[in-house]
Amino acid sequence: MTAMLLDLLRAARGAGVRISVAESIDAFRSAEVVGYTDRQTLKDTLSLTLGKSIEDKKLFEDTFDLYFQREMVSSGEAEAPASPRQPSADGEADGLAPLSSMLLDNDQAGLAAAMEGAAQAIGASNIALFTQTNMFAWRILEQMGLPELDRDIAHLRGDGADEATAERLEQMRAALGQQARAYMERQLTLFSAGTTREIREGALRNVRLSQLDRRDMDRMRALVRDMAKQIATRYSRKRWQDRRGHLDIRRTMRRNMSFDSIPFHTVWKRSRIDRPSIMVLCDVSGSVAAVARFLLMFLYSLADVLAGIRSFAYSNHLIEVSDILARREIDDAIEEVMKIVGFGSSDYGRCLADFSEIAMRNVNRQTTVIILGDARGNRNEPRIDIMKQIFERANRVIWLNPEPQSLWGTGDSDILRYEPFCHQVTPCGTLVQLERVISEMMQQAQ
Amino acid sequence: MDTHFSDIIPSIESVQVGLGSTGYIPSRQISTALFLAMRLGKPILAEGPAGVGKTELAKAAAEFLGLPLVRMQCYDGLDESKALYEWKYGKQLLYTQILKEKVSAVLSKDDTMESALNRLHEFDDIFFSERFLEPRPLLKALQEPKGAVLLIDEIDKADEEFEAFLLEILSDHQVTIPEIGTISAIVKPVVILTSNNTRDLGDAMKRRCLHLHIGYPDAKLEEQIIDSRIPGIDASLRRQLVSFVQQLRGLDLRKLPSVSETIDWARAILLLNASRLDSAVVQDTLNLLLKFEGDMTMGGKAVPEMVHKALRDGGIEA
Repeated sequence: MTAMLLDLLRAARGAGVRISVAESIDAFRSAEVVGYTDRQTLKDTLSLTLGKSIEDKKLFEDTFDLYFQREMVSSGEAEAPASPRQPSADGEADGLAPLSSMLLDNDQAGLAAAMEGAAQAIGASNIALFTQTNMFAWRILEQMGLPELDRDIAHLRGDGADEATAERLEQMRAALGQQARAYMERQLTLFSAGTTREIREGALRNVRLSQLDRRDMDRMRALVRDMAKQIATRYSRKRWQDRRGHLDIRRTMRRNMSFDSIPFHTVWKRSRIDRPSIMVLCDVSGSVAAVARFLLMFLYSLADVLAGIRSFAYSNHLIEVSDILARREIDDAIEEVMKIVGFGSSDYGRCLADFSEIAMRNVNRQTTVIILGDARGNRNEPRIDIMKQIFERANRVIWLNPEPQSLWGTGDSDILRYEPFCHQVTPCGTLVQLERVISEMMQQAQ
Repeated sequence: MDTHFSDIIPSIESVQVGLGSTGYIPSRQISTALFLAMRLGKPILAEGPAGVGKTELAKAAAEFLGLPLVRMQCYDGLDESKALYEWKYGKQLLYTQILKEKVSAVLSKDDTMESALNRLHEFDDIFFSERFLEPRPLLKALQEPKGAVLLIDEIDKADEEFEAFLLEILSDHQVTIPEIGTISAIVKPVVILTSNNTRDLGDAMKRRCLHLHIGYPDAKLEEQIIDSRIPGIDASLRRQLVSFVQQLRGLDLRKLPSVSETIDWARAILLLNASRLDSAVVQDTLNLLLKFEGDMTMGGKAVPEMVHKALRDGGIEA
């Protein structure tokens, strides 16, 4: 039972449920209390101890079902104990190996148990890559006694005694092989999910955003969400700061009541440090079309986890999209934003003017302005004066450019003209770069 | 393992029956959670939308186990002095005033400063003893001689600092008071925390708890709940009500109707003496189920269709 539960825990970890050692211990203790007899109870119990959020619970319960989905091993033919063969007692007398007689008797339970046992013996749960499926399946068969089976078949054929039985065994051998492979494929989905995902996600973090595959979008979305959440929890804590010099009389008296209100301990007034207010301007024009969706996705996730972000999207004009992002599901929101402003040819001057009209009065010493864009304004007037005004009013202005630095200033790129009026200009072509920049930004904002 | 509880609740089924006898119809998961919580001495963290019976669970558990319910409502700014204990300052002051003469009488025998101080030392613990301690919910739950059900309601509303402070109580069932020392529970209380998930709780907290998610009940369970809360309601009407509410939950609403709202609504329908659902009655009482303007408009439009289906589910041809 211990081995079974350990395997299950490993599979659940692979599926993405976070399970610490302490939690495994809890799982064992609670499983002991309820016993292993009733599967539904066991599932409920483990789900209670291991799942720490609704998503985790769902993941775990799926894994649990997959793990215990023990398809009966069926030997080739569907019909029960085949034709006129005598019971297995005679089989032994024939000198047949246990595996052969099990196959001929169509002993489903026996075969299932044997496969289970063989899989355990060879450590089938160590499978990590799909290319290993065949090798493991072969080892299972070997462990189950394939060589003996082959010898039996050869023996039956060689003597010419029982050609029909030999033929039947041959068929069943093939069927058994398929079952072993199917078994291993299931093991693969159970136990290798973690490894494959880690490799894949590691690669995704470093791939250039403009070269992202469509099929990776889903995974990327989860990754972005996690990242935004991480950043938010790291920095969203309210903090208190002592305002030295102002005595909090009420609290001081209270604290010193036990000393007859003689102030041994003094309590100073404190003030809350507000979270920085953030405004994000996101480019969705044609020139950054490849990354626009992704940038919006990031914006969406950030707005989702950090309260008080104002978001704007722009191409040839600029609109505020905070409302759309807050109201709609992520895909719909991105779709809607793209429909309204997407794919235009950028006009940074006009967009800055729009921004100044909509939000300039809210830009103040607490504001951080982040601009995501390539600064390619199609030779329109860049309106450096507005940029300067934002720079002077805001706490920080950060420009994140999805282009590699070597291309800055080439062609119609105005980034070098904007640069003097930003506190920081950074290339952000990959998820890792983006994460680093945002994290640094949050740190400095404190 | 807590042997104390093993006589009352030998199995998960007995929890189910026990809770049922108080009028709370638990799902299998809920009974399993309570069973485990008592056997392992771990707190339950119940999450889920408002009105599905998270708080009710604690009340029902207390009634079923025959233990007092100690409830602590969390809010922003809750701190130790409100949750754990407070010194009775007034009483301390009053007593020192009253005992002034006594003290000088005791001290009059000493002629040096030093001996007076030493003598004073012998008494200084008097004013910081349990006699002057005002227990707040957490301490009260630990001090109950037969144990208690401790309900920490809406833990997500409290600060993170308070959450961290709770950890000692949740895992070791003890609290430390600097002037007195560590106070351990006489009998470990059954702890139930509830959260509406307005913020994520810390990992340390989640790790110590059994995580129970209570969602909206399925039709069968909801019918049982209605039946236990409003005994004597006509079976067909009950089925219609539940079917309607279940359909309503399928809509894209801002706030889905919860079990408590279903119960309120059922009572209202009974008061109106309706023997079966029809569009007019439903429209009139819809505000018991839906709490937002937008939801009302959206739900209102779908009423005739949903009533039709509800009637069919209730075995009545419309």
